Amino acid sequence: MDQFTINLLFVGASFALYIGIAIWARAGSTSEFYAAGRGIHPVTNGMATAADWMSAASFISMAGLIAFTGYDNSSFLMGWTGGYVLLALLLAPYLRKFGKYTVSEFIGDRFYSQTARIVAVICLIVASVTYVIGQMTGVGVAFGRFLEVSNTTGLLIGAGVVFAYAVFGGMKGVTYTQVAQYCVLITAYTIPAIFISLQLTGTPVPALGLFGDTASGEPLLTKLDAIVTELGFNDYTAHHSNTLNMVLFTLSLMIGTAGLPHVIMRFFTVPKVSDARWSAGWALVFIALLYLTAPAVGAMARLNITDMMWPNGGLEGGAVSVEDIDNDARYDWMATWQKTGLLDWEDKNGDGKIQYYNDKSESMQAIAEEKGWVGNELTKFNRDILVLANPEIANLPSWVIGLVAAGGLAAALSTAAGLLLAISSAVSHDLIKGAINPQISEKSELLSARIAMGVAIVVATYLGLNPPGFAAQTVALAFGLAAASIFPALMMGIFSTRINNTGAVAGMLAGLTVTLVYIFLHKGWLFIPGTNSFTDADPLLGPIKSTSFGAIGAMVNFGVAYVVASMTKETPQEIKDLVESVRIPRGAGAAQDH
Amino acid sequence: MADQSTNSAQTAEADKGYWQANLRLIYISLVIWALVSFGFGILLRPLLSGIAVGGTDLGFWFAQQGSILVFLVLIFNYAWRMNKLDAEYGVEE
Repeated sequence: MDQFTINLLFVGASFALYIGIAIWARAGSTSEFYAAGRGIHPVTNGMATAADWMSAASFISMAGLIAFTGYDNSSFLMGWTGGYVLLALLLAPYLRKFGKYTVSEFIGDRFYSQTARIVAVICLIVASVTYVIGQMTGVGVAFGRFLEVSNTTGLLIGAGVVFAYAVFGGMKGVTYTQVAQYCVLITAYTIPAIFISLQLTGTPVPALGLFGDTASGEPLLTKLDAIVTELGFNDYTAHHSNTLNMVLFTLSLMIGTAGLPHVIMRFFTVPKVSDARWSAGWALVFIALLYLTAPAVGAMARLNITDMMWPNGGLEGGAVSVEDIDNDARYDWMATWQKTGLLDWEDKNGDGKIQYYNDKSESMQAIAEEKGWVGNELTKFNRDILVLANPEIANLPSWVIGLVAAGGLAAALSTAAGLLLAISSAVSHDLIKGAINPQISEKSELLSARIAMGVAIVVATYLGLNPPGFAAQTVALAFGLAAASIFPALMMGIFSTRINNTGAVAGMLAGLTVTLVYIFLHKGWLFIPGTNSFTDADPLLGPIKSTSFGAIGAMVNFGVAYVVASMTKETPQEIKDLVESVRIPRGAGAAQDH
Repeated sequence: MADQSTNSAQTAEADKGYWQANLRLIYISLVIWALVSFGFGILLRPLLSGIAVGGTDLGFWFAQQGSILVFLVLIFNYAWRMNKLDAEYGVEE
């Protein structure tokens, strides 16, 4: 059986499983559609949260970004896990006690203002749509590869599948399918990593292999540092980026995590306040299984790729020949990925070899001149293909490659579905039923939820064709937006009785606006390419890149809310009582609809 | 009537104590949270560069794995202590 058939078989079987579960647990009433009747155990909920959380950004994109940058991209690892501490300590138990279905309902009630609720809905929609764009980028890469079509065709097919999938699901379908998806994606991520770790270090646990020794007795990371610096790249383990930017970027990802609606919504579905606390912990356990493996995947893949391009022992031994790439079965993956348009090479100096090195490095330019090279000949290596290509690069059995295909799609689909659900409930439940037409029938509410999903996916697909960055970078922008708008409002709503309606509204608007403007200035207005005035290589404010600005936006939000609240009318007594009651678990009943 | 008002005054007092205890726990946890990630992982990494871990230094380990493990401990510790605190102050569901 050829690889294409095996991939289709694995992807097809996993899909049949998810769809089967979705049909089995089809959502009936509105309350089931949103929060699955609150009957979900913390461990199950943690697993579903993990699937929801670990998207194309974590699965497909993150290890690639770490592989090609090294230590400097540790922010992704700390940021996307550290946020769970904030979520568990500062938000989850109180929002569960409050007992409504959506984040914006909490903001609307706590800040006793319809305006606050609508502003919160707008913030949620902006952050979620940006997030879906990042997912669609990953979906495009995954479908493009496994159907062996171009990235664009892959994206269009993927969009159709995501839509069909989310529309028929609803949260309950989604919860159990997501448990299945978690199992598929974690197996798919771990198995190739174990193989590669065994090959390189003899350790079956990739997280330990990263700090282990290679066959020659040299530590893996020391070896990696040596071979990448030989080619003129930065040493892998050292800190090269700006420290302030790294701190702000990590912080943005952390507080963004605690402000994203599709993650927070998960904590509405546990039976008790104490379960909400445990749920966050369980979610992080399941997430950590992948996040502890990811840095190993990145480092080991970088080592393997460099070895492949310089198969005769580094620079002195000479580069791989074009003939080998064309004929040697070990290099088949390069031809397959070339079809997606995400990988390319060119023998610029016509010496029959492909020299891969950093042609921006001055010391390498001198060496290149001496040897007659005219530039890096591995001309394109999209970071997002690394994880998916990894088993092929390491020459693993074809069933492993098929499994990774299924895992990558599970990651992208589960998160896209969760986000579409958050968007659709924001539009139908909060915007239409909550503000525009409270008399809407349950049936029309469900219909409008589905229409909102459709619109969101069309917009995301369109923008996903020309994404503002690699999947994980686009997703990082979404986190910045959530960090700047939603998290501060929720936190102030629970921990401060001082912040009143006008303060919260002003804070959210200020945080969202400055962050959005800063992102658009660097990434193009509405992410349309070419309309940007700055780039992240040379940002507007010193070293602060657009992906790191969310932390600043959050500070603006806190500051504006505080100043405006202290100048306007005090919070009424009944709202202060509400805040007091949210802080105490006693009396947390079943959630009420309104 | 008198009984009821003493009762509710007592409850209010207990609730206040509960919230203070909670805030204290949150404060300590967040200090550790920041120390392992922003501290050991980024800002204090040069100070830890002398401690070798598998081909690199301790700061690299904290940035790529150590902080995640500490986060896990923090969350489970918080959940466990808060659930105990709920019972202690009689505020459980």
